[in-house]
Amino acid sequence: MTSGWSIYVIVLVVANIVGAAWLLFWVRSTSGGASGKPQSLGHDFDGIQELNSPLPLWWVYLFLGTIAFAVGYLIFYPGLGSFAGVLGWSSVKEHDQDVAEAQAHYGPIFAAYAAKPISELTKDDAALHIGQRLFANNCAPCHGSDARGGLGFPDLTDNDWKWGGEPETVEKTILDGRKAMMPAFAPALGGPQGVESVIAYVMTLSGRKADAQLAEAGKPKFMQICAACHGPEGKGNPVVGAPNLTDNIWLYGGSHDAIAEGLAKGRFGQMPAHRDVLGAEKVHLVASYVYSLSHGSSN
Amino acid sequence: MPAMPASKIESSAPDPTGFASDVALYAKRRKIYQREAHGKFQQLRTVTLFVLAGFFLAVPWFNWHGRQAVWFDLPQRKFHLVVLTFWPQDFIYLSWLLIIAAMSLLFFTTLAGRLWCGYACPQTVWTKFYMWIEWLTEGDRNARIRLDRGPWTRDKLVRGAAKHFLWLVLAFAVGISFVGYFDPLRSLLSRLATLQLTVTEMIAVAVASLALYFDAGFMREQICLYACPYARFQGAMFDTSTLTIFYDRERGEPRGHRNRKDAGKGLGDCVDCHVCVDVCPTGIDIRNGTQYQCIGCAACIDACDEVMDKVGSSRGLVRYATEESLAGKEVRILRPRLIAYGSVLTIMIVAFTYGLSQRIPLRLDILRDRARVFRVTSEGLIENVYTLKIMNMDEQDHSYRIGLADGHELRLVAPATVFVQAGQIAAVPVRLQAEPDEHEHERRARQVTFTVQADDQARLAVRGESRFLMPAGGST
Repeated sequence: MTSGWSIYVIVLVVANIVGAAWLLFWVRSTSGGASGKPQSLGHDFDGIQELNSPLPLWWVYLFLGTIAFAVGYLIFYPGLGSFAGVLGWSSVKEHDQDVAEAQAHYGPIFAAYAAKPISELTKDDAALHIGQRLFANNCAPCHGSDARGGLGFPDLTDNDWKWGGEPETVEKTILDGRKAMMPAFAPALGGPQGVESVIAYVMTLSGRKADAQLAEAGKPKFMQICAACHGPEGKGNPVVGAPNLTDNIWLYGGSHDAIAEGLAKGRFGQMPAHRDVLGAEKVHLVASYVYSLSHGSSN
Repeated sequence: MPAMPASKIESSAPDPTGFASDVALYAKRRKIYQREAHGKFQQLRTVTLFVLAGFFLAVPWFNWHGRQAVWFDLPQRKFHLVVLTFWPQDFIYLSWLLIIAAMSLLFFTTLAGRLWCGYACPQTVWTKFYMWIEWLTEGDRNARIRLDRGPWTRDKLVRGAAKHFLWLVLAFAVGISFVGYFDPLRSLLSRLATLQLTVTEMIAVAVASLALYFDAGFMREQICLYACPYARFQGAMFDTSTLTIFYDRERGEPRGHRNRKDAGKGLGDCVDCHVCVDVCPTGIDIRNGTQYQCIGCAACIDACDEVMDKVGSSRGLVRYATEESLAGKEVRILRPRLIAYGSVLTIMIVAFTYGLSQRIPLRLDILRDRARVFRVTSEGLIENVYTLKIMNMDEQDHSYRIGLADGHELRLVAPATVFVQAGQIAAVPVRLQAEPDEHEHERRARQVTFTVQADDQARLAVRGESRFLMPAGGST
């Protein structure tokens, strides 16, 4: 706040308090009421008059009390322009204090879970329950509340892992995120005809029907270009996140057109890092929950 | 009658502003020294006051199935009323309860004026208890006036100290009972005994106790006169057939003291003894007619009857009467307005009770996954995902079965049963699947109704609506 605004606020606040006190004092009596009865204010509605009846004195004391409260408040708390108040209170400090309190309360709970391996937590209902809540709030928007993903977002329940399915790898994926890149290979495959042949070959890898001649033509191209990441058998490579092409699980859809689009334009998947979002201890619980989906009895 | 004329008490109040020639607009409270009245209405009042106060103080002592029977658990947002446990989702019942309370206020006010104020209002209940303590320690009205006016003596000090001590004891009992409705009383008391109350609890008990102490000790009728809205709008509910406390002007006037010579010749029945004013807890003169200050406590009726007995006149110079009966007309209690209020009130109470008895302690909230409208499974089915929030509001654990009421072409993929502990909420992700339909371009969205049914009780069944979305023409 600039000092100009600060002065403006101070003047307004002080003027209002002083004005209210003065008004209270100024209207304490009215002259000319020799009869001792409340005077009419001159408003008459069907014979009912509005009288200038006295206010109970204790009520006035309440009013004075609010003025005293206002003065006290302005001394102890921020309110007078940029004056911070003698207590030094601020909403940021209060928030930090609340966070510290919550940390003191919940910290040990998460720390205890963090000390246990994921293989053990997948058998702990309470831990999985917390993991499910965290998943619902942080992961479900992309992976779905049932964790079965969708187009472009992996199904986490099928035990088919792009980056490796060991508990530690799953945890690392959540902590630091993943960036997958499938380059656009259409030119390198020799144009539309080459792309068609590779599609045919890739489909046969999962045992799907395809033109045998076309597939035969695609095989060398696959070995030459695709096998570098997906492996000569098309089983994929978790180090670079290359999917297994033999299990008929398709991240971007398994139709001919979907595969063609991937080959022509490439695919760029990204899993954001959650280390700073959730913290390592909570990620540990989320990883346990995710791991349990394909290794436990739950749903 | 050694009664003090009203004018003397009034003039004894000094002008707080010191501007004698002006009219002070801030009026000092005129302390009311209420004189005890005795009679059938005061007996009735004593009974209702003790029953109500006893009820209030006793309720938090009762337990039910391991918890306090009546317990408003704010941190958990669960409101236990013996067998019923209400959640914030049940707020509608509270709304209806308040509407019924308002309707019964209309009914009873039309019937007999401020019955609530005179016989049942907590303000009346606790103020009366405080007045009894006052009477016990400082004596009757005249003794109290003498004591207040007199110099500070040891007697005055001891009596005053005893009064405030007893006031504070009662205030504390009521205050801690009040807190006990929100924070189980027995544990509160045991922690109080071992000095283990939290700061919040101490503040709550102190605030509740002191509030009663200042209210019933010092504020009293000021709340009724200045703060209570009911006093101000009661006039709108009265009609000429409403039973109200009336002074029979025809019979009483002209008022005047009797003397031995003429034995009240030419005077009405009112002996102007001022007792009806002395017993009034709000300090009004009922002989001035119905006033907004009158809380309908009937003390003036009992007091006047006593005087009438002594002077040998018939009772009822001040009595429950209707404006019509005073004008010589017939008393008409049953009238269309009262019958209308009464019928509406009865219907509402019956409907409320029925609704409460049919309340199902189970709720279902359905959250449809919104980030993705639908997905296509590897089998080519169109799939929507929902999170069912199953709230077990019952006192027992239950297993629930999830089903579809009308999703004939849809397949539900959900766990066979869902176990939910008493008072807990389960979030269950479920899926609905449909064959892509090439022909039905129009039906891209359809209504679906989920059902949740407890395994052990047929009564525990709820439904919830959501939508199933699929691509136009079923294409992927």
